[in-house]
Amino acid sequence: MPGLLSRYSAWRLLREGLAGQQGWTPAWEDRDPDPAYDVVVVGGGGHGLATAYYLARTHGITRVAVLEKGWIGGGNTGRNTTIIRSNYFHPQSAALYDLSVSLYETLALELNYNIMFSQRGMMEIAHNQPELESMARAANAMRINGVDIEVIGRDEVLRREPLLDPSPRSRWPVYGALLQRRAGTARHDAVAWGYARAAAALGVHIVQDCEVRGFAIAGGRVVAVETSRGTVRAERLGLAVAGNSSVLARRAGFDLPLQSYTLQAMVSEPVKPCLNTVVLSTSTGSYVSQSDKGELVMGGNLDRAPSYAQRGSFRISQSVVSPLVELFPAFATLKLLRQWGGTVDTSPDNSPIIGPSPVAGLYLNCGWGTGGFKAIPAGGTLFAHLLATGRHHPLSEPFDYGRFARGELVDEGHAGVAH
Amino acid sequence: MQIFHCPFCGPRPDAEFHYAGDADKPRPARDCSDEEWARYLLMRANARGVARELWVHRAGCGRWIVLARDTVSHEIGGSEPLNP
Amino acid sequence: MSTSRRLPAGGEIDRSRPLNFSFDGRALSGYAGDTVASALLASGVQVLARSFKYHRPRGLLGVDHEEPNAILDLRLGARHDPNARATLEPLAEGLQLSSVHALGTAGRDLLAVLDRGARFIPAAFYYKTFMWPHWHVYEGMIRRLAGLGRVDARSRAQAAPHRHLAVDLCVVGAGAAGLAAARGAVAAGRSVLLVEQRTRVGGALLWRDATVEGEPGSRWAGRVAAGLEAAGARVLAGTAAVGLYDHNAVVLHERGPDGGRIWQVRAREIVLTTGAIERPLLFGDNDRPGVMLADAALEYLRRYAVVAGERIVFATGNDTTYVAAQAFAAAGARCTIVDSRTGSPAQDAARAAGIEVVAGARVERALGRGRVEGARLASGATLSADLLAVSGGWTPLIHLYCQARGRPRWDEERGTLLPGEPVAGLRVAGAAGGARSLAEALAAGAHAGTGGGRVEIPDCDDRPFDWGGPPDTRMAFGERRAWVDLQNDVTAKDVALAVRENFRAVEHLKRYTTLGMASDQGRTSNVNGLALLAERTGRTLAQAGVTTFRPPFLPVSLAAVAGTQRGELQAPLRRLPAEEVHRAEGAELREYGDTLRPAAYGTSHDALLRECRAARERCVILDASSLGKIEVQGPDAAALLDFVFYTRLSNLAPGRLRYALALAESGAIFDDGVVLRVAAEHFVVSCSSSHVRAMTAHLEEWREDRFDLSRVFVHDATPQWATMAISGPQSRRVLEALALGVDLDDAAFPHMSAHDGVFAGRRARIARVSFTGERSYEVSVPAGLAAELWRRARAAGAEPLGVEALGALRCEKGFILVGVETDGETMPHDIGMGRARETRTDAYLGDRSLFTPAACRSGRRQLVGVAAASAAPLPVGAHALSRAGGRRRSVGWVTSSHPSAALGRPVALAMIEDGASRHGEELEFEHFGAMHRGTLVAPCFLDPSGARLNV
Repeated sequence: MPGLLSRYSAWRLLREGLAGQQGWTPAWEDRDPDPAYDVVVVGGGGHGLATAYYLARTHGITRVAVLEKGWIGGGNTGRNTTIIRSNYFHPQSAALYDLSVSLYETLALELNYNIMFSQRGMMEIAHNQPELESMARAANAMRINGVDIEVIGRDEVLRREPLLDPSPRSRWPVYGALLQRRAGTARHDAVAWGYARAAAALGVHIVQDCEVRGFAIAGGRVVAVETSRGTVRAERLGLAVAGNSSVLARRAGFDLPLQSYTLQAMVSEPVKPCLNTVVLSTSTGSYVSQSDKGELVMGGNLDRAPSYAQRGSFRISQSVVSPLVELFPAFATLKLLRQWGGTVDTSPDNSPIIGPSPVAGLYLNCGWGTGGFKAIPAGGTLFAHLLATGRHHPLSEPFDYGRFARGELVDEGHAGVAH
Repeated sequence: MQIFHCPFCGPRPDAEFHYAGDADKPRPARDCSDEEWARYLLMRANARGVARELWVHRAGCGRWIVLARDTVSHEIGGSEPLNP
Repeated sequence: MSTSRRLPAGGEIDRSRPLNFSFDGRALSGYAGDTVASALLASGVQVLARSFKYHRPRGLLGVDHEEPNAILDLRLGARHDPNARATLEPLAEGLQLSSVHALGTAGRDLLAVLDRGARFIPAAFYYKTFMWPHWHVYEGMIRRLAGLGRVDARSRAQAAPHRHLAVDLCVVGAGAAGLAAARGAVAAGRSVLLVEQRTRVGGALLWRDATVEGEPGSRWAGRVAAGLEAAGARVLAGTAAVGLYDHNAVVLHERGPDGGRIWQVRAREIVLTTGAIERPLLFGDNDRPGVMLADAALEYLRRYAVVAGERIVFATGNDTTYVAAQAFAAAGARCTIVDSRTGSPAQDAARAAGIEVVAGARVERALGRGRVEGARLASGATLSADLLAVSGGWTPLIHLYCQARGRPRWDEERGTLLPGEPVAGLRVAGAAGGARSLAEALAAGAHAGTGGGRVEIPDCDDRPFDWGGPPDTRMAFGERRAWVDLQNDVTAKDVALAVRENFRAVEHLKRYTTLGMASDQGRTSNVNGLALLAERTGRTLAQAGVTTFRPPFLPVSLAAVAGTQRGELQAPLRRLPAEEVHRAEGAELREYGDTLRPAAYGTSHDALLRECRAARERCVILDASSLGKIEVQGPDAAALLDFVFYTRLSNLAPGRLRYALALAESGAIFDDGVVLRVAAEHFVVSCSSSHVRAMTAHLEEWREDRFDLSRVFVHDATPQWATMAISGPQSRRVLEALALGVDLDDAAFPHMSAHDGVFAGRRARIARVSFTGERSYEVSVPAGLAAELWRRARAAGAEPLGVEALGALRCEKGFILVGVETDGETMPHDIGMGRARETRTDAYLGDRSLFTPAACRSGRRQLVGVAAASAAPLPVGAHALSRAGGRRRSVGWVTSSHPSAALGRPVALAMIEDGASRHGEELEFEHFGAMHRGTLVAPCFLDPSGARLNV
């Protein structure tokens, strides 16, 4: 936690305002890597930074470095559409993502950094009767798993979002929706920066511009990473590199069941508040929320070709935008401002991989696919537990790498909408 | 919008094709181990750089092709029929 | 307002066509040819908008897409644009414009008070507060303060269909270099598309004096463009190249009412001649209305005959500004040039022309509150002015080069980012490529267009272009704030603050301060921001890095992006050949998979029970045309099917049918269907409607993977056939009436066999296969005869059956629907079809997956029937609960549930853990908190022996 003097508060803003904003100090210091650490976390995204924070905070392990090849939060953490939800089907998933939502709820106060978690609710809209029936099945499962969820009727959906086209003639008519009230969005960059600042204050080294190029493995155990800034030894090594997981795994000598794709996101020009919830169209996979700045934040399906390019195709932009314009006809008068892509690591069951890798001392946190952002606090908590103790936290057990050979997938595929 | 070269139809927009996984993956016999089967069924090369991919030209000739494609630059190296 | 700043003559406007419009309720007028911006400027309206955060008054800084401030609400008839850009919008009769983002109007904005507290709300302040007790407490207020325009719930826009074009060369930017490039390319015999963002070709030739090939530049431009079109090239003005994607796909946006149009262009080569835009200068209060880019002021003067000021101070450090100053002096304005350089030949020339030049001086701050009234220099001297025309050097527009993964390099001499290493298939020329004179631009353009070979370079009078060097940051940190990003209200001090807090990576700076993230995408702010970052971090500009340029180059209407993907065209439905007949029968059509099918005939709840009763008691007809009919033929057809299907098919006798499951390689049920063996080497696979394409691809995949292609063929014949399923105890009588020329005797035509017959003189195929459990005949005829077959069967007594009633009938029989009963985890032994798993030893798809630890363990969900305890059907999606160990846990769910007309009680199917061995057990089912009870039974409620098939 940042010391008292560097705490953020309205009072401090006032004081600094009077002093010309001169008294602020770095949110985190850039470090050169030390030769050795207890734990090295590769990847300075949300998961990596959160892992480092919980290692220090929960487990008291502060000889920790986060190695980031570029700038922290620059991968999927800074490219996603920031939706946080836990409406997952299987109990294992519900437990994982619900932990995340709960941690998010208090994260701003814990980190002393306003991550702007806005629990304005999320509606997954059903466009026909079968969808509504399968939603009932999902909702009942979630409720039994303890997730706050309800299925609301057409009128209630339209009341919540008056700009939705109420016409039954719409290509995507509104039949009802799955509503999770606790779901919402947060400010993605702030999550990375907040964890970085809090981790650094606890002694974690954050090393930017430090690319991991290989691993030193002795006797089947990883002992160090080779980086663009020299060799760094580590007792335990955690990989939290999302779309690049397969590349690093191969360098360590094993394969992952992951495929990297581009997931696009895009925003409109800012407009005054016109959308109250996060809205997802079940049939089409397109979804939209409105940022605090007023931009409509839109996303949808993956680009169809595997890619590490971090940029999307126009055709997918069109396929994301078109259903939203059909759902919200007035949105047709807005403009697309910016479009970008991230590289997501999709797994066969749309569930993450957390656990030991086939190489001793090397641990995995990957396979979050399109849903990594919402899981950052939980991913960090569970991964820190694993790196600190060498053993699974009960919640991460079902997501072990070994499940693939056993055939015990945690198939969230039917919920497999990209966000 | 990439342009893929179908060995049967020539250069066509990627929208006509459907991705079907890694090429060159022999199917193990039934008596293989769980791990071997999982490697065949679930593990992916996921190459960063030139990948050999299986695609089906769904909105075209319907044939299956192997495409050499760079997953970073999206440059197309070449293509051949899965079964010439 | 009476203050007209319009010159009596000149410009591109058509003075014979005055246009009336209004701004914030004030009636104003302009001329055809004006933009909204030029008309407002001519009318003397200086404050057009308020800034995003501090609500500072803002006027026009620029003239084109670089304009950060002038965003207005625009209405014209039914058309509405809540964020119209005044500089890009052509003036039209009756336009109603109003300011956005102001409490009141841009002229009088009550929120202007926010600027008083600016010192307390620097960049990123919101990350440091609003945490207790929760962000939600503050969020509503912040949201209401944010945003620009306002969406009108009634507003609609329907843009034009996309157009597609393939060309040898796409030239982006029709200034001097672009025109030279296009002309060169056309001369070399290439097909050419020339795209120009402005509504006229010519680029800077339209407002800067030049002579090309002996005529004034703007006339030359028009002549060349006309020549290009005459030679077959396409010239698109008012069209921006907004994105460059893989394999030289260029996306254009042609502006127009209701969103305009997208062009998708595939170009063998691309030439970027996008020019350069001017940067503002960094000094105190440099955001005041009346601070304008010098070149923009010149463009307003030359193209629209608007004099933006009468007493003008030009603040610059380059010679290019002198061209503007001289033009304004010639137009009668009083001009003073404040030049940071101590000496330059241009200064002497200007002085000789009677323009005052203050050399070696810098503007420290703009004077005036609501608008510019003057400038104070660093020396302390003040100059009065109503326009402060600024030039902080130039930035080439290389967005598309960067989108194509080009990496810009810092050019210290010009003081700007230029294209670095070349990108294949893309050339950059003219000012975008760093040209230092008109002659150089023309030459580079011509070379780029021909791509080598003989080049004809247009001659011109030499017009050097002074880039101005790196941004001048010396006045950025004075007493008053200096704005870097005007729209997002990012000041130099904000950059300093970000650096102090270690947001030093260029992307961190951007995200932390929001610099460059406004709707102008940092057009005028990026390089100034980089310069400040470099200065504060002690790095060079080359080390500072650049942010990613993301598409689109200009905001694009969402309506245009959607194009024709609106309404049904967004996801076209498959339709049955006999759709009109169903409509005439009163069918309610619903989408199943992607096919529009009759759900029921009549809308009442009774329709379902009536149709079910007819099926069990008399005879019904169901349009099953959407079911797959995939032909598999050849000597290896049986072997292919044996591999692809879990159910063995090679031992099926010709003329017979078999129900079969196909698995995915994961072992999960991929599809089910009925396979007919027509002859030894000829099968027809009838899979479920929504799986036809996937099943065809599936068969084709394994055919290609494992078989000699000359020995087995797969062909999807689904659309060629219409199929009517005629079912019920009286179905044979209906079949007899159809007179298909088939012996219907059960001995000759038993259940699960097929015969060819004749219908209306064409070949028909009749198969005895049942989805209802009743005696049934599927009659397939050429698709064109669908309606005829329906009518004749109806006339013979068959009653219509919809898909919903079919669902109830098959539920009574326990027939599964793939995707309803099954999901991605369901394996055949989960639905009571484990025999092949036990007996087959040859290879088939998914075989090994059926024997993983997960596939073999107990506790798998299995198909059961559920007899509800009450008279009401169990809700679909209700979960069965276990309370073992005091913990509520789902052990499965109801997949289908219907009232049964035949049984007089509801029937349901469910997938329940170990359900097959738990028949007789009563379970609790939870649905949205309500509890229901039901007893697990065998998944067949009616006629388990199948006797009715032969009734």
